[in-house]
Amino acid sequence: MSARHRIVLTVNGQRVERDVEARMTLADFLRESLDLTGTHLGCEHGACGACTVQLDGNSVRSCLIFAVQADGARVTTVEGLAVKGTLSVLQRSFQQHHALQCGFCTPGMLTTAQAMLAENPDPSAEEVRRAISGNLCRCTGYLPVVAAILDAAAQLRSEAA
Amino acid sequence: MKPPAFDYAAPGSLDEALALLAAKRDGAKLLAGGQSFVPALNFRLARPELIIDLNRVPGLAGIRRDGDGGLLIGAMTRARAIERSEVVARSNPLLHSAIPWIAHVPIRNRGTIGGSLAHADPAAELPAIALACDAILVATGILGKRDIAARDFFLGVFTTALRAGEILTEIRFPAWPPNRRHGFAEFARRHGDFAIVGVAATIDVAADGAVGDARIVVFGAGDTPRRAREAEAALAGSHPDTGALQRAAALAANHVDPPSDHHASAEYRRELAGTLTRRVLEQALAPRARAA
Ligand SMILES: Cc1cc2nc3c(=O)[nH]c(=O)nc-3n(C[C@H](O)[C@H](O)[C@H](O)COP(=O)(O)OP(=O)(O)OC[C@H]3O[C@@H](n4cnc5c(N)ncnc54)[C@H](O)[C@@H]3O)c2cc1C
Ligand code: FES
Ligand code: FES
Repeated sequence: MSARHRIVLTVNGQRVERDVEARMTLADFLRESLDLTGTHLGCEHGACGACTVQLDGNSVRSCLIFAVQADGARVTTVEGLAVKGTLSVLQRSFQQHHALQCGFCTPGMLTTAQAMLAENPDPSAEEVRRAISGNLCRCTGYLPVVAAILDAAAQLRSEAA
Repeated sequence: MKPPAFDYAAPGSLDEALALLAAKRDGAKLLAGGQSFVPALNFRLARPELIIDLNRVPGLAGIRRDGDGGLLIGAMTRARAIERSEVVARSNPLLHSAIPWIAHVPIRNRGTIGGSLAHADPAAELPAIALACDAILVATGILGKRDIAARDFFLGVFTTALRAGEILTEIRFPAWPPNRRHGFAEFARRHGDFAIVGVAATIDVAADGAVGDARIVVFGAGDTPRRAREAEAALAGSHPDTGALQRAAALAANHVDPPSDHHASAEYRRELAGTLTRRVLEQALAPRARAA
């Protein structure tokens, strides 16, 4: 029981090598082994979305994956979204639109929305709502979150043009 | 809310996975997308000795067409890959339209078709679709493969015809006839929640507008998804008008024996089964540009 497994992965662009117990979730690994506490844990059963990170570019629940399964993968957490120390367009848009109050849901909102925009740069409001339908927010009422994501999408499109 | 300790193996081949499963028997559990199994571990509802992770077994994921125009989908294919597949959109529009109803994107990015079918949640979409489409589920064991028809697969709540030592490896969807129409609807309190009740239907429509084969599957209203056979029979051979759809919907509602729980009462579910049946039949029979 509880043998340790050696894993090597890339977290926010940095190579990480650690020994982990099989039962350690990716969320606990990020928070406790790597001190990346930006990834929040709300429910630990997939329902709240606070723990969402990107695994090889796809949004996933880090409470429902074991760290050992991320061996060889590329993980991006909320700490990895800023570009060279400045907030990303999406992060700035959240700030401007007051898309957070307590901030508990924000890391999951950002990782989910960023992965969505990479696939769909010109989403409708309805598509944005669907994309964050698995991210619970107890503060904002969601409207500013939707506005922030739509605005960021527009800014990113005009940057790309 | 932390999983119990377990041994972990990530076999690099199906044979190795089968050998591990055979050696451990009841003490071992398979891990696919983990979107149902890991919550159960976190709640300590499951305490396996050994977890066999299928995510590194090559050849279990992928979508192809078979020679007869059917679809072959590997058990480890993620729901999101099915959702985004052009091949699926063209060759099984019912499957394509049902997938976005499953949970949310991050969960569909991990959850697999094989995991959903093997888990057999009575309120899950994919078991209902497999039943409506007469899918064949391929189970592989150490002694070889066997085909299990969807109608023989779902035995009860979280209970299937898979035997100890078997892995669900592939799902075959028969060819979709050109005259087949479909409808899908479910009701949940929030988008992405498991359905309180859902209905999937296919209707084969002859050139003169008469209904040939009709399939109506109600899920979330009993231990397993079930075909509403009386309602199907009432439609077969007819040129259904609004009254006929309403009668079929009433037969479907009468046919189910739903549970009462904290989500909804049995009466409410029965009512929903009727309403949703009428809606999916209307969807299926609505005139559409593509069918012209
Ligand atoms: C918040 C949330 C909301 C959800 N909402 C929905 C929803 O609306 N509709 C819905 O259908 N699902 C929903 N799900 C469940 C999700 O779709 C699961 O992914 C799915 O039911 C199980 O698939 P999996 O690949 O994650 O399987 P796992 O969780 O890995 O496994 C499930 C079970 O199946 C067994 N198993 C897995 N693969 C195989 C195989 N190939 N052969 C034999 N046995 C196998 C495992 O041992 C385990 O017992 C939700 C999940 C969450 C967390
Ligand atoms: S903590 Fe992972 S979804 Fe809630
Ligand atoms: S800002 Fe508080 S939960 Fe969303």
